[in-house]
Amino acid sequence: MSIVETVTGSLTAYPAARVLEVRLRIGALAAVEEEALQFCYGMASEGTPLAGSRLVVRRLPVVLHCATCAQDLELARVQSFRCPQCGGVAVDLLQGKELEIDSIELDDGEIDDGEAPEAFIERNED
Amino acid sequence: MTTRIVELRRGILKKNDELAATLRARFAAAGVLVLNLVSSPGTGKTAFLERTLRELRLRGLRVAALVGDLETDNDARRLAASGAPVRQINTHGICHLDAEMVGKHLDAWERGERAGNEGTREQGTGTEGLGTKGGADADGGERVSLDALDILFIENVGNLVCPSSYDLGEKIRVALLSVTEGEDKPLKYPTLFNSADAAVITKMDIAAPCGFDREAALGNINEIRPGIRIFETSAKTGAGMDEWLAYLEAEQVRGKI
Repeated sequence: MSIVETVTGSLTAYPAARVLEVRLRIGALAAVEEEALQFCYGMASEGTPLAGSRLVVRRLPVVLHCATCAQDLELARVQSFRCPQCGGVAVDLLQGKELEIDSIELDDGEIDDGEAPEAFIERNED
Repeated sequence: MTTRIVELRRGILKKNDELAATLRARFAAAGVLVLNLVSSPGTGKTAFLERTLRELRLRGLRVAALVGDLETDNDARRLAASGAPVRQINTHGICHLDAEMVGKHLDAWERGERAGNEGTREQGTGTEGLGTKGGADADGGERVSLDALDILFIENVGNLVCPSSYDLGEKIRVALLSVTEGEDKPLKYPTLFNSADAAVITKMDIAAPCGFDREAALGNINEIRPGIRIFETSAKTGAGMDEWLAYLEAEQVRGKI
């Protein structure tokens, strides 16, 4: 719901816009179950400019900064929050709790003579 | 028509985070220490909190509790037995408390409005209880001002998933785990345990019959949140409560400086 509200609120510059895709950045520690999110998104977006749009979730791994190693290190799993290199506990969480809307792709609804060139549409599903 | 990419870079829970920041400032200004208690259903949050409230009152501290549940005010009634002011928040299906619910209930409490069961997200006028005095227990039909409190406990809805994403403006987030739940729970729910400031193990009195592996549990909590304070308690026998209460008193004093 909050996603739909935020995106709808950002469309003021494009009153006729139709949203094609919403891209999220979700940290490995964010309490998000993607299947449930996709299901709810379909329902919540009905009857809004977001109806029928794709929800693309990019997962971000946990990244710790280890003071001992003076390095930023990625965690392969979230079962231990010690430094994966030295095993130390002098670590700060740099990334992993994200729960944000990165960007949206929209059709601005303005009438012009050509069709939307597919080439303009960047994809970053990975 | 033109296809555009618009960068938003906006937190999905930004509204909650902003409200929580406002609450945090309000708690600090009132000099009240606020804790958010999170666990699975059945861990024993309510029994643990009831004993905590009772003992802190005996030590002369002014304490109160907000308690979140999907339905019923049973927990608020249990907690009210401690003698402390308690207010129930019914979320009606929502699996966690959020900063907006907490803020609304605190406002209503300060005005002396009853909690009722009118919900949290709906407009919730709560006018039927206006000006009611007495009967001051589970329904919150009394005035409670933050300025007149030393410690406020917020007992979250029993759930280890969603509450971890919702900041309530608390100073200390407490993750509770009972000896009946399995020592690997911190590994299964790393988000919550990683976001906690203190951990409490409950029902230590039945640890032996449950075959509770204490070392494994402590080890797992420490893997997820290295260096966290861990309290091993029993609300039934009172074991470990002194250490926990001393911690609360120290944190409460520290917040005043």
